[in-house]
Amino acid sequence: MTEPLLDARALTKRYGDSVVVDALSFRIAAGECLGVIGPNGAGKTTTIRMCLGLSEPDSGEIMALGLRMPRDALAIKAQLGVVSQFDSLDPDFTCAENLLVYGRYFGLPERRIRERIPQLLEFAALTHKADARPVELSGGMRRRLSLARALVNDPRLLMLDEPTTGLDPQARHLMWERLQVLLQQGKSILLTTHFMDEAERLCTRLLVLDHGRKIAEGRPRELIARHLEPDVVEAYGNGALALAESPLRTLAGRTEVSGETVFFYTQDARPLLDALGREHPKLRTLHRPANLEDLFLKLTGRQIREEA
Amino acid sequence: MNHWRAPALSLRFWPVFRRNLLVWRKLAVPSLIGNIAEPLIWLVAFGYGMGALVGTVRVGGAEVPYILFLASGAVCMSAMNAASFEALYSAFSRMHVQKTWDGILNAPVSLDDVVMAEMLWAAYKAIFTATAILLVMLALNISHSPKLLVAWLVLLAVGIAFSCIALIFNALAQGYDFFTYYFTLFLTPMMFLSGVFFPREQLPELVRAASEWLPLTSAVELVRPMFMDRWPEGTLRHLLVLATYAVAAFWAALALTRRRFAA
Repeated sequence: MTEPLLDARALTKRYGDSVVVDALSFRIAAGECLGVIGPNGAGKTTTIRMCLGLSEPDSGEIMALGLRMPRDALAIKAQLGVVSQFDSLDPDFTCAENLLVYGRYFGLPERRIRERIPQLLEFAALTHKADARPVELSGGMRRRLSLARALVNDPRLLMLDEPTTGLDPQARHLMWERLQVLLQQGKSILLTTHFMDEAERLCTRLLVLDHGRKIAEGRPRELIARHLEPDVVEAYGNGALALAESPLRTLAGRTEVSGETVFFYTQDARPLLDALGREHPKLRTLHRPANLEDLFLKLTGRQIREEA
Repeated sequence: MNHWRAPALSLRFWPVFRRNLLVWRKLAVPSLIGNIAEPLIWLVAFGYGMGALVGTVRVGGAEVPYILFLASGAVCMSAMNAASFEALYSAFSRMHVQKTWDGILNAPVSLDDVVMAEMLWAAYKAIFTATAILLVMLALNISHSPKLLVAWLVLLAVGIAFSCIALIFNALAQGYDFFTYYFTLFLTPMMFLSGVFFPREQLPELVRAASEWLPLTSAVELVRPMFMDRWPEGTLRHLLVLATYAVAAFWAALALTRRRFAA
């Protein structure tokens, strides 16, 4: 195996008495998209900040692109592209000026930046907005401009902190498509997200964090197969909650109640669906394959987090 | 790492300075009018209005017209105010509100260089404002000593010193309201204690002795004689006062900004 682009070993970060990141280790191989998922406050953003040298770990070490963070922070960042959770676009500049000014921070030759701007705008589907200011853009356009800005130095590794939060489905799909293009070009990505379909679609590998600890790691499909029954039947409506205690539950491997809905996790949904149809014809049911969201909720629980 | 370690400065500050320059070029004319209107209003109202009542003021054994006395103080005050406004309200907008600094820090630019760029930028705004005011004063025939060229360099130092001090408060601020305290509790009293409007000899002895060490006092003591076509006395001491404020304040501002960004 070639040397990983990013190798984080036993990272720990404390704020006062609380441990925000706890002995976390992970690697990103060349061409890989590593997804980091976890509830709010799980330590995702702190982990990214440590990888960027913006926050110093209390213990552990980070090697990136053959260099050591934070000692070689500037040399590493010269080869990174970052989209942070909140836009930091310059409101006083047009889209094109935003790219130009950002390219200068990398010490790139003026001519090279200017040559690159039209390509970056085209990649972000913003060619027609070259002279517009961020305030005139939609949320999706602003996120794509942030992504284009992160590409100004042609980075090998991208760090994207919730790049699609707050976007409508059209804008999100366009962002996913752009990220897939980048992966096909051989770029590596570290991505945090709250959208499980996003994680499943884009990520080669996932890291599930909770309370700063790694609680699972693997390919999305493998994680689902390892932790969950393949079929899910959801039942809701009058009398649904009683099902969780009824003899029917023996037809499912595992039963969960959340709000007014009962979730049956099973190897084979047929007998359960037949019985439900026979004995409770008025209940509404939904039969679907187990997905990453089920996995996420199983591993991190269904209760709302204080930070949420 | 220790927040109080020595500043590590490099030429990477330049693209950050240039960024501010590019924004400002779009708004330069209205901002210039705002910057020079206030000191000119002071000058006209007090210089010509009060000046008629006051007549002349005694400075270093010479009688000078009040308008010259005031003009030489007001230009120092303007450099101070321009630097302070930029390093407080504008820098805070970039740092906290717009998150411009956060974006820059994701590129290969260190926080030390960002803070230095902001400091030099505020000093640039100060010297730009002071230059405009000096030109108006030349046009009004208040002074045209060639020594004003040297005074111009002193005003640049004044801009640097006050930018550094203001950045300390920028690093500590939670919102814009905080800066009102800085202006009303620190800068406004200093204007009255540093001999801008009246000679410091009028102050009670104890206050006068303390005012010797204010940065604006040193600025006025250096600039005023040059308006009178003389060389100032105690030049070295005054330059050392300004330099000490600048270095100590920059160091502190950087340490406090590092602490803020490490959180």
